[in-house]
Amino acid sequence: MAQNGIQARFALDYGDFSLKVDLDLPGRGVTALFGHSGSGKTTLLRLIAGLNRTRDGYLRVNGVLWQEGKQFVPTHHRPLGYVFQEASLFAHLTARGNLAYGMKRAGNAAMGRDALDQAVELLGISHLLERRPHQLSGGERQRVAIARALAVQPRLLLMDEPLAALDLKRKREILPYLERLHDTLEIPVLYVTHSPDEVARLADTVVMLEQGQVRTQGSVSALFSRLDLTLAQDQDASAIIEAVVLSHDDHYALTRLKIAGGHLSVARLQRHVGELVRIRIHARDVSLALDEPGTSSIVNILPAQILELRELEQAQMVVKLGIGSSEQTLLLARITRHSCDRLRLHQGQSLFAQVKAVALMD
Amino acid sequence: MRSFSSLLAIALIFTLAVAQAEEVTVAVAANFTAPMQEIATAFAEDTEHQARTAFASSGRFYAQIHNGAPFEVFLSADETTPARLAEDGMTVPDTRFTYAQGSLVLWSADPERIPAGEGAAVLHAGDFRKLAIANPRTAPYGAAAIAVMQALGVEDSLRPKFVQGENLPQTYQFISTGNAELGFVALSQVIKDGEISAGSGWLVPEELHAPIRQDAVLLTRGADNPAARALLDYLQGERAQAIIRAYGYHLPN
Amino acid sequence: MGLGFSDADLQAIWLTARLAGLTTVLLLIIGTPIAWWLARTRSRLKAVVGAVVALPLVLPATVMGFYLLLVMGPQGPVGQLTQSLGIGLLPFTFWGLLLASVFYSMPFVVQPIQNAIEALGERPLEVAATLRAGPWDRFFTVVVPLARPGFFTAAILGFAHTVGEFGVVLMIGGNIPGATRVVSVQIYDYVEAMDYAQAHWLAGSMVVFSFVVLLALYTLNPQVRRF
Repeated sequence: MAQNGIQARFALDYGDFSLKVDLDLPGRGVTALFGHSGSGKTTLLRLIAGLNRTRDGYLRVNGVLWQEGKQFVPTHHRPLGYVFQEASLFAHLTARGNLAYGMKRAGNAAMGRDALDQAVELLGISHLLERRPHQLSGGERQRVAIARALAVQPRLLLMDEPLAALDLKRKREILPYLERLHDTLEIPVLYVTHSPDEVARLADTVVMLEQGQVRTQGSVSALFSRLDLTLAQDQDASAIIEAVVLSHDDHYALTRLKIAGGHLSVARLQRHVGELVRIRIHARDVSLALDEPGTSSIVNILPAQILELRELEQAQMVVKLGIGSSEQTLLLARITRHSCDRLRLHQGQSLFAQVKAVALMD
Repeated sequence: MRSFSSLLAIALIFTLAVAQAEEVTVAVAANFTAPMQEIATAFAEDTEHQARTAFASSGRFYAQIHNGAPFEVFLSADETTPARLAEDGMTVPDTRFTYAQGSLVLWSADPERIPAGEGAAVLHAGDFRKLAIANPRTAPYGAAAIAVMQALGVEDSLRPKFVQGENLPQTYQFISTGNAELGFVALSQVIKDGEISAGSGWLVPEELHAPIRQDAVLLTRGADNPAARALLDYLQGERAQAIIRAYGYHLPN
Repeated sequence: MGLGFSDADLQAIWLTARLAGLTTVLLLIIGTPIAWWLARTRSRLKAVVGAVVALPLVLPATVMGFYLLLVMGPQGPVGQLTQSLGIGLLPFTFWGLLLASVFYSMPFVVQPIQNAIEALGERPLEVAATLRAGPWDRFFTVVVPLARPGFFTAAILGFAHTVGEFGVVLMIGGNIPGATRVVSVQIYDYVEAMDYAQAHWLAGSMVVFSFVVLLALYTLNPQVRRF
């Protein structure tokens, strides 16, 4: 039995809804529980929190047993933080009172004080502490709720679509804070969402759920480039790539990035050299050429190998490419069937990928 | 055709007869409920008038009559309420008379509790927890019960054991459920076929208390209703008086 | 006669206040767990228990009073119990009246609390659980403050209804001064005795009292108007 990570086995049957999962999740980083509504992702999160209970489940978090057989650690004895879809602040307490509520009960006041300051700073809510929930905007409420969950110094953070109840503007307001969490937190985070964009931005690992079952589990980049999943068949299909900042060219206002198997030049990033960034390349922004284009306005041309081809609707194709010799970096290209036939594309073929645009994720 | 016209004639006669029959609305003291129902039936048979009866406490009727309730005849449980109505000018002068006189009985649901004829001794012994009486301020039977205990010299010693029913039915209920071991109620409540039907009882001698006179009176609203006067007359007739006696009341000499 | 309250009136008023106050306190203690259970259970017994609690709302006082008299009487189960415990019988005692009041005022206390807890929903409790609060902690630091309007309404209605109840008191009280002769019975006696001047004093005071109580309820607590 692995001592680290989260081992979770649950099975339940409500008649119209059933869930059966057997998961081994990493003990660090953000794991997205991703799927449509009704796929069981929230139920799974609640089972892990102990808010829902199955008769025979098994749950071990970083070596500590939370549930097995008749043994069941009730929620209030589990060292977790939970962020609900709606902020659910206590209406009778100020923002500070809400933060203090969990902190007081989590023990170790001195360390709690640090955790509180850190959470307040991380979410930028120091000017909101004396306000009552009804005096806060939706986005502010959710930030307080996240800080409240962090102030108890959890060893596992559970977030149930924390952005879903917010409009686009508020989402934009909170996303940077969540990304900071991603970079700062040492604890595992389980993040329920149905938004590919949030997965791309925040997650390290993805568990994709469908009708109460685990469809697949893997790294974000692997998942996004799986042609058999709807993600890669979508208009917005894209590859998620980890890159390191290599150098800046102030004359042309460019930044050079290193990816596994090649380099990319992008518009100047406000990042330090050596920093790890996550970028997104849309399949529709990648075109293919059999020979290395000598003269082109496109800067980023990468040698690639066709790993897989798949036909889509309306005479469209999606092509999965491996970059460089080791094919560690995956790229998607969306082309017409006409082009595919003209170039006689086939699996294993070597060619060149031209990348028209690169978006920075974080 | 002939049979049709004779049918029509019968129907006509019947209608006329009903048209002559009048209705009288009577306010009746609650303790007189059972005999009055029987008397009303007899009254309808013998006179073809109808008596519509309402039953409640005398105090409530007093308030209702004062406030315009459509009663034409009032059979009270006491003599003071009709007297007060007379003072208030709500009655037809010289129509008041005693239609029944109540008998007080010391009664227990326990057949052993009151040995025959030894009621006074039981009260003297005081070997019980609760003694139920009707509220002496509002119920003549309650006032009579107090008078009896005064006459026997046990009122002061028994007072801590008093529980008061607001009226006779409630007092009866306290005793019949055993919550009070014994108490004073009307003979009419426990009599059946001329004798005390359940438990044990002592018919209190009349010289121990003032007579419990129940007076009837014609109310001003019924002054012009022949059925109202007919009912008052009927109450003093032989058939009605037999019914009254059978229910444990007696009649003034 | 004179104007104002007689000594007997004052005794009845004090007795009524004591009875209503004690009833309210007892009902908040007993009624809250019942309301809690009713608000949250999915048990099939919920309908049964809810109906039993609501019975006094629809039963005539005479029916309740009659059965209470039987149940607490020497042959009744409660009567047998109190006798075997050496307490004696409860009818015609203050404690019997208290027991009856707890029963007939129950829905007026349970239902507002139940409504408030139902309106609260599961979420605040779940949040508190994820913030390390155990069941009792959750109840006193989350449910009580958030459902305070419900508790407030419950206490006022429980008190006011106990003050106003008459039929049941009449049936099991026995009209004993200082023990069971409450204000409503005292008023009834005055009316029956045709002593309307004294009746007006007490009855008018009851009207004013009830009005003030309801006014306070509606002004201080405008969102709870279930009754």
